[in-house]
Amino acid sequence: MTQALFLQHLANALALGSLYALIAIGYTMVYGILRLINFAHGDVFMLGAYLAFYGLALFALPWWLSLALALFVTAFFGVGLERVAYRPLRDSPRISIMISAIGASFLIENLAVVLFGGRPKGVNVPTILNTVVNFGPVSVLSVSLVIPVCTFVILAVLLWVVNGTKTGMAMRAVSTDIEAARLMGVDVDKVVSFTFGTGSLLAALGGILWSYKYPQLNPLMGMMPGIKCFIAAVIGGIGNIRGAVLGGFLLGFIELMTVAFLPELSGYRDAFAFVLLILVLLVKPTGLLGKNQAEKV
Amino acid sequence: MNKKNKTWLTLGAAVAFLLLLAVADRFFDAFTLRVFNLCAVYMVLALSLNLLLGFTGLFSLGHAGFMAVGAYTCALLTMSRELKELNFFLTPILPWLRDLSMPFLPALFIAGLVSAFIGFLIAAPALRLRDDYLAIATLGFAEIIRVLITNFQPLTNGAQGLKGLPSYSTTYVVWAAAAVTAAFMVLLMRSSFGRAMKAVKDDEIAAEAMGVNVFRVKVTSFTVSSFFAGVGGALLGHMITTIDPKMFTFTLTYNIILIVVLGGSGSISGSVIASFVVTILMEALRFLDEPMDLLFVRTPGLPGLRMVVFSVFLMAVIIFRQRGLMGNKELSWDSLSRAGLRLRRRAGGEGKEGPNA
Repeated sequence: MTQALFLQHLANALALGSLYALIAIGYTMVYGILRLINFAHGDVFMLGAYLAFYGLALFALPWWLSLALALFVTAFFGVGLERVAYRPLRDSPRISIMISAIGASFLIENLAVVLFGGRPKGVNVPTILNTVVNFGPVSVLSVSLVIPVCTFVILAVLLWVVNGTKTGMAMRAVSTDIEAARLMGVDVDKVVSFTFGTGSLLAALGGILWSYKYPQLNPLMGMMPGIKCFIAAVIGGIGNIRGAVLGGFLLGFIELMTVAFLPELSGYRDAFAFVLLILVLLVKPTGLLGKNQAEKV
Repeated sequence: MNKKNKTWLTLGAAVAFLLLLAVADRFFDAFTLRVFNLCAVYMVLALSLNLLLGFTGLFSLGHAGFMAVGAYTCALLTMSRELKELNFFLTPILPWLRDLSMPFLPALFIAGLVSAFIGFLIAAPALRLRDDYLAIATLGFAEIIRVLITNFQPLTNGAQGLKGLPSYSTTYVVWAAAAVTAAFMVLLMRSSFGRAMKAVKDDEIAAEAMGVNVFRVKVTSFTVSSFFAGVGGALLGHMITTIDPKMFTFTLTYNIILIVVLGGSGSISGSVIASFVVTILMEALRFLDEPMDLLFVRTPGLPGLRMVVFSVFLMAVIIFRQRGLMGNKELSWDSLSRAGLRLRRRAGGEGKEGPNA
């Protein structure tokens, strides 16, 4: 393995890890607040990618406008999803709300099959993101450089929102104790809606960038990345935004590097994440950056 | 209602059911019979998941994995040497497995045992996790099993799957399996072990305080459930006569969750009824995926619409009627006769209203 080849793989791993990180943030925010695995998150990711595609293909919008519109619509979709599928069950047993989430995930997937068609669609990547950039012997697509930048900018913004604004304080309060937060005058429903909106927006952004990097769409494209990114969030310590980014990068690196260095294992690629998850859960169930929580009786 | 009457009623119902089986086996056309038998297979699977979800309160999403283990074990044990050589044309099969061939029933039992063993191995680490982590971990294990099956060609023939399995899942076999499973679950729930499971579901800490070994109850429940999932998978494989790794994805688990939730998690009779309802509806609603004439509009085929209907159905049930069809109640002669009395009283009450008023 030459150094150039290694750097090439490193660039790819960086892009994949950033994508995982973007999606994992949404999981971790929702879980931190509602203690709910939003199984439909991966399908929101798929929806975002399709909306941007149709904005471009059907309405012939410029790519940045269709991207912005897709983000906006998907964020609202996420808020609506929470209102319809999760809010009525907030006081029900955890299993019920999880089943509702799985139901929502299947509903969106199958609705997508009906509306968008089951056949994969090719994506027209905007030229500015599709140019090859050369760094000496390493050549990468510009989109692979844009993705990590996006992720780090968003990480910085989110950390500022959560730690530096009033909304963020309300979010932290709700995540610590939902009832006490309500008693202190926090509008819990608003905070939850905000969280879902932000999470869905990030999922949509992840989906659109994903479709620029791997230019093909199909209604089930969100399934695997969705599950893997939840795993990334768990590995980093669920509820912790920095942890989600760390987990995303870790997962992306391990996946690509193993395939690069041990090509005979590439068939097992989709199993890596799960093996990693199980190892982490056994050794450190709260994840790498998670805090230990005592069980309340 | 006294005990003797109940025994007679039960016997009568059993005889009536056997008659139904005989009629179905002889007079139903091939398609109807297949759907009818599929009900039995789904019944086995739903009952095994209900043991986890409904009775022990463990949310496992790994059922498809155990079904895959059962289906592959049973298929490899029953296929003849010629059939195996026909299937494994890319990579030769492991030599010790090539000549192994046995009758269906012992193979079915071994399939269940292998699946239970794997369930046991998975249970020990997975059950240390709390509810939602358990869901993801079991989903992960199922996915790992599927990836292993896809990649380990000399044992499983990889992505090509196994074709031309002997169709051993006849009407009597599948319904016997369903009946045995249902009876086993009823007996299990009446035993002290069943009560321990329910205690674990209601409140783990309280159960632990009362001297229930929570971890052991969970592991046992998981192992038993895996056994029946393996048997169900084996029956399904020999009914469809083709298995491949793509068959055992999360969608399959989803269908079974659907049945358990609709029937009411925690109710054996609920699962039994819902397996009929869901399996028959799944086939009956197939027309939704095909082109339709709606008076003036002719819609093109909309594959996926059927699953949309089912997803909406599941969400409506979980949001508006969480206990499903039966809640955690059971259908028994007592509850039936009470329902009958109530109906009669209502009818009688209406009749009496005239003279009394």
